[in-house]
Amino acid sequence: MPALSPLARPESVPQPAATPPEIIRNFCIIAHIDHGKSTLADRMLQVTGVVDQRQMRAQYLDRMDIERERGITIKSQAVRMPWATGTPAGDQAYILNMIDTPGHVDFTYEVSRSLAACEGAVLLVDAAQGIEAQTLANLYLAMENDLAIIPVLNKIDLPSAQPEKYAEEIAGLIGCDPEDVLKVSGKTGEGVPELLDRIVEEIPPPVGDADAPARAMIFDSVYDTYRGVVTYVRVVDGSLSPRERIAMMSTKATHELLEIGAISPEPAPTKGLGVGEVGYLITGVKDVRQSKVGDTVTGERRQASTPLGGYKDPRPMVFSGLYPIDGSDYPILRDALDKLKLNDAALVYEPETSGALGFGFRVGFLGMLHLEIVRERLEREFNLDLISTLPNVSYDVRLDDGTELEVTNPSEFPAGKIASITEPVVRGTVLAPSEFIGAIMELCQSRRGTMLGMDYLSPERVELRYTLPLAEIVFDFFDALKSKTRGYASLDYEPSGTQEADLVKVDILLQGDTVDAFSAIVHRDKAYAYGVQMAGKLKELIPRQQFEVPIQAAIGSRVIARETIRAIRKDVLAKCYGGDISRKRKLLEKQKEGKKRMKMVGSVEVPQEAFIAALSQDGSDAEPAKSKK
Amino acid sequence: MPSAFPPGEPAPEDGSLPDSALEGMPGRPFSVYLHVPFCRVRCGYCDFNTYTLPELADGAAPEGYLGAAHTEIELAARVLSTGEDRPVSTVFVGGGTPTMLSPDALGSLVADVRDRWGLAPGAEVTTEANPDTITPEVAAQLAEQGFTRVSLGMQSAVPQVLRTLDRTHDPAGVSRAVRAVREAGMQVSLDLIYGTPGESQADWQTSLDAAVALQPDHVSAYALVVEPGTRLHGQVRRGEVAAPDDDDEADKYELADEVLSAAGYGWYEISNWALTMDRRCEHNLAYWSGADWWGIGPGAHSHVGGVRWWNVKHPRAYGDRLGAGRSPVHAREILDEQERYAERVLLGVRLADGLPVAALEDAGRHAVAGLVGDGLVEGRAAVRGRVVLTLRGRLLADTVVRRLLPG
Repeated sequence: MPALSPLARPESVPQPAATPPEIIRNFCIIAHIDHGKSTLADRMLQVTGVVDQRQMRAQYLDRMDIERERGITIKSQAVRMPWATGTPAGDQAYILNMIDTPGHVDFTYEVSRSLAACEGAVLLVDAAQGIEAQTLANLYLAMENDLAIIPVLNKIDLPSAQPEKYAEEIAGLIGCDPEDVLKVSGKTGEGVPELLDRIVEEIPPPVGDADAPARAMIFDSVYDTYRGVVTYVRVVDGSLSPRERIAMMSTKATHELLEIGAISPEPAPTKGLGVGEVGYLITGVKDVRQSKVGDTVTGERRQASTPLGGYKDPRPMVFSGLYPIDGSDYPILRDALDKLKLNDAALVYEPETSGALGFGFRVGFLGMLHLEIVRERLEREFNLDLISTLPNVSYDVRLDDGTELEVTNPSEFPAGKIASITEPVVRGTVLAPSEFIGAIMELCQSRRGTMLGMDYLSPERVELRYTLPLAEIVFDFFDALKSKTRGYASLDYEPSGTQEADLVKVDILLQGDTVDAFSAIVHRDKAYAYGVQMAGKLKELIPRQQFEVPIQAAIGSRVIARETIRAIRKDVLAKCYGGDISRKRKLLEKQKEGKKRMKMVGSVEVPQEAFIAALSQDGSDAEPAKSKK
Repeated sequence: MPSAFPPGEPAPEDGSLPDSALEGMPGRPFSVYLHVPFCRVRCGYCDFNTYTLPELADGAAPEGYLGAAHTEIELAARVLSTGEDRPVSTVFVGGGTPTMLSPDALGSLVADVRDRWGLAPGAEVTTEANPDTITPEVAAQLAEQGFTRVSLGMQSAVPQVLRTLDRTHDPAGVSRAVRAVREAGMQVSLDLIYGTPGESQADWQTSLDAAVALQPDHVSAYALVVEPGTRLHGQVRRGEVAAPDDDDEADKYELADEVLSAAGYGWYEISNWALTMDRRCEHNLAYWSGADWWGIGPGAHSHVGGVRWWNVKHPRAYGDRLGAGRSPVHAREILDEQERYAERVLLGVRLADGLPVAALEDAGRHAVAGLVGDGLVEGRAAVRGRVVLTLRGRLLADTVVRRLLPG
């Protein structure tokens, strides 16, 4: 049993499966990435005595680094902490379950499931920075879920902290009194016991039917090399016990419960989990797809009739082709994706062939961040060098003859006879200092945004809400936003249906041959700009050939932009005497090597680097290419 | 800092060569190159192995150099001694600025070569020279010491261009030097550089006209290459001067070929033109035809029978090695069959005589038709069995070589 600090000394700590719901408090912490959530969580573990001072330093303060190195598998998804408050009747013991929430914009659904596992949320805001768009979005999500919100300003020990100012801002957002905003320091521990007391006071206990068939919601599902899939659940009704068989309500699949337990702070098997409790299940399955976030777990023998609400299948929103730079790495990429899939239920992919890039995969992602994380993991963990094509979204295309098709790749875009095209839109929220309102409105307008509203959070900070086509967001919107607001703006977005749009496919042709990797589906008004930009970029990136190479951008057979790479006229004229011969021969050998890395597009040699550079979305490259001379 | 060496393998301390290199050697032509690594000033574009006197400590100065060079000639004679007489076909003294040394000193090196191996009848003996250093007296002395040919670093006739190149000579001095060399009974060659930042087509025309007006026996014209490590490279990198432009240089090459052809000079190698066949530079032809030569001096390269080697660069290290009875070789490479073939192709194709189609491997022979089709290789010569570059092909010789060589 964990040693308790002097602050929390209930007579006996209630054990899992034997804890009345009335003394349970389930909460999460909503915070922006560097606003100190981990430090505060560590401090809570320490104050509640779940870990002692010595362990704290050795184990937990370093946790962030390990997390960064090893991904999310070692995170404490849900920690059970005992806490005692002084009441007139004497000490009363409580069980606090702290549930982790993913902080990414792409994982709104996962966030919503974490929130659904809680009755309350700690809104944690950096007292020196104020609230960020993503935090705000998650806050709204929590409020929609009727969670009790406990507003907290963190890092009050910082010299730059402005607790009064940001307390006003938060109070305005959630409709409380600025005095109600707690002020803590995760670093020094100041205010943390008071926060725990507030959690007990303000967050309602879970309510459920202990006698009903078991229903537990999966709020996270993680693949562990040694244990297989570890499923994190919140029990709503009934109870789960060791060795019983469970059923997943969405798939009807049944599994034996090899282990059931709670984390405090290490995972430990328990006698089960009862109403309102939070813990983990291990069934021996090897693929997170068999244990989906949002699904309802029930007992096999005594099954619940209706699942808990809110389950959704993860649906990819953004698609990109991933190709190994070295074609012989294709099998490695395939195996790598198969491995990542075990831990990422949202990752979908299928083989794809590109005339320009060779063999690769069409991969679907939840959003841009998901794409970046997957790509980064493939490159770092599997040592792959990859090219990714320009990301695009999924379009519903209806043809004149009534046929409907889903297009997730420009190469599938039908030629002619299109009756309508529907594209996904998002509801985007931008938070920024008010001086940037003009720049942000200009940007959103240029990205086909429709303004929904604008609110001042404080005299200096404003929230702008827009409907934007997702396709515009995935195309370097975030970089543009950051650069127009000197990095101050934050962005959040969530899917918000679809809209019909006048979209066309722009092809890029080299010497008359279409280069599939550069085709893009864009709004008709932007086709010209895309064509000019891409043709200009390629002109700079493709070395001169023996013959003149026209670069054309075309919609169907109509050319909308054209550049020409002039023929190379000289590649030699240097002296070549005795001392130059070895050097010259080695240069030739190097050129021959370089030639092997060239991709042939028709009769045009295109260096691999040109594909990478042309497909990159760096801020600088997003500008139309400028001629060097 | 002079340009970097290619990578190579260590060479034996005694300078000996593998038997494979020496096999059949007496039957092959043999040349000697002598490198004089001194200049009064270092030009901003130059990456040759050369040093100004203040850069060098006493022991590495010209006197020490001469002693060491004589020692290396002795070493070369020992290594190549096969018991048979093998007269030297050509001698070339380059630099640096050879005429930083006195004609007597240069002559002593030539005499040493003659004493060790003998000179073939009519052997070409060339020295490079800065036009400033060639007076009628110096020219007469060089001729007396056995020199038959002087290659003058004219570079340009336009003062502004010469200034950008850091060349100190007066354009008028070139004609005095040409006259002096000719009056001493030697052949004269002019070196020109085109593509210098700021040089217009008109400037280049001026230089070509000036060169032709002096009626040299031979003209070399090189496109300026901005070599890493040179002052010019730094200036280009910092954006202080414009980098040479390929199209501009191509235009200038075509202009050179036009002006020189009109004046009766025929191209015989990409960058070289001669008034008649017998005024071509025999020494450089030896390089391009894969002949044997021994390069004497710091940083000098040599080639004998498929072995290439190069000496340590610094005159002091060079002198120290030879003084201690060791070979001054920094590293060497022993070429395999494929490398020798690649060299034959890449050097041979540069010559107006061209490359015999029969000397090509299958892949190369199959590429010829395409090269003719692309206008890079002369169709008529190809039919007669030789790969000869067209004017367009001369400008794109690297492409031609890549297409002739296997994959």
